[in-house]
Amino acid sequence: MSPSSTALAVIASIVGLGTIIGFCARGRHRMDFEQWTTGGRGFGLAIVWLLMAGEIYTAFSFLGSSGWVYSKGAPALYIIAYMTMQNVVAFYFAPAVWKLGKEHGLQTSADVFHALYGSKALAAFVAIVGIAAIIPYLQIQLSGLGIIVAIASFGGISQNLAMSVAAVLVTSFVLVSGIRAVAGISVLKDVLMIVVVVLAGIAIPVGIFGGIGPMFAKLIATIPGHLTMPGPVKSLGHGWFVTMVILSSAGQIVWPHAVASNFSAKSADTLRRNAIILPLYNLTIPFVFFVGFAALVALPDLAKGDLAYMSMAKLRFSPLLLGLVGGAGALAAIVPASIMLLTCGTLFAKNVVKPFLAPDLGDLHTGRIARGTVVILMAISLALALGNSAALASLLQLGYGIVGQFLPGITLGLLSRRVNAKGVATGMVAGLGILGCLEVAGRDPFLGMAAGFIGLIANFGTTIAVSRLRSPAGRRPATALAGF
Amino acid sequence: MRTPSWRSVAVAGIPVVGICLSVPLWDRIQPVVLGLPFNLFWLVAWIPLTSVCLLIAHRIESKRGGSE
Repeated sequence: MSPSSTALAVIASIVGLGTIIGFCARGRHRMDFEQWTTGGRGFGLAIVWLLMAGEIYTAFSFLGSSGWVYSKGAPALYIIAYMTMQNVVAFYFAPAVWKLGKEHGLQTSADVFHALYGSKALAAFVAIVGIAAIIPYLQIQLSGLGIIVAIASFGGISQNLAMSVAAVLVTSFVLVSGIRAVAGISVLKDVLMIVVVVLAGIAIPVGIFGGIGPMFAKLIATIPGHLTMPGPVKSLGHGWFVTMVILSSAGQIVWPHAVASNFSAKSADTLRRNAIILPLYNLTIPFVFFVGFAALVALPDLAKGDLAYMSMAKLRFSPLLLGLVGGAGALAAIVPASIMLLTCGTLFAKNVVKPFLAPDLGDLHTGRIARGTVVILMAISLALALGNSAALASLLQLGYGIVGQFLPGITLGLLSRRVNAKGVATGMVAGLGILGCLEVAGRDPFLGMAAGFIGLIANFGTTIAVSRLRSPAGRRPATALAGF
Repeated sequence: MRTPSWRSVAVAGIPVVGICLSVPLWDRIQPVVLGLPFNLFWLVAWIPLTSVCLLIAHRIESKRGGSE
């Protein structure tokens, strides 16, 4: 077999196996709307861990983080930092959101706003903003998958073909099995990904430099400026690091798909124990970084940082191993893409269509609209991925900037009774407006801080000020606060 | 879930300081530990330490009988 067909065969088998698991995950469960989106709220620690690891450790973790190490150097450390620190935030807030969800039968992040503030309009606004934040994230997964499969197949499958095939596969098993599909494939994805990442992270530096220590010794001698912040891009200093880590670690818990996964847990304590063990998964990220660092020396002239990981794997690995990397990478895109699609479909059907366009819609029809939305959103993301080549990390940071604007509404809503829907809505508009202006003007980071963080501060301030103005004494019903 | 105790929040807050707020103190190359530049080594060390801090915070909350 030619190297290309060997690698292709391995990738196809892994993706094929994942697809079979995805379709079978439905099991004997009747796929009503509640099963489809929350798995019946019965997931124990193991499955919740898989779901969360499935949505947090994505194709971005492979390509984007090594790409940032390659092009930006030390500021990439923010990825290890926020992925660890987010668990501290989740430890306190995830159980509170879960409890609110259990008591009110919530399914989406927009439902949380509805339960806290009693406003359908606010919930619909949150749903639409949530979908807008997820689309760049979905696009990252597809673009990442395209890069992975194209390089691993020695160009045998073009980037565009790989993205299109994956889009069809993901859409079909999400339609059939809902959230159970995602949990099922996560098992295969996590095992493969850990094996591949650790293997590549050790074998590549050892093969080129004789070890990880010697690799860094060489980097320290040749490009020490790359190894501390700000690195080659002067605006990514310590102020940026602190604000980006706070924004991302807090933002992680309000991603619509993270909130939805929360609701699938069996108990609040499941989520607390998950927050305790989830950081350990991060021990794989340094191994991804090592590959990015190795590429700085071995392949100094790559056109894009995002190509670093796969180019190194291709340079050093046999076709068989390269296929394994490609297959694992493809699953690492497929799993989170499925969760995001599922979440967006539910958000749109339940919080936008149902309350405003078809109030007497039953669960059956809401489920159908959700599934229809899944197909349309995948088509939009695919079109964006086919037409756009922005760096993966910048797309992700944009998504975090948008989604972070949910924080004041959720945290203040859980902690205080004096915040109201008008305040939250005005705050979100202010935060998004500032973020939008800074992004359009190309001023992110601004004054040494992440643009999303500046938007967040404005958002918190506006939310509190407008709430005070509208209702000096807390008028919001106490039932809304049952979760804390 | 009741309002979390100050003791558990204090313990869980340790990683926030170690990972994020203290960055000017540890963002340097020397000393190289286990072959890693110091800043990379520092963040890697905080991965298990964060789990430990959250475990302790969980113990504190459970002893209060607050979690179910």
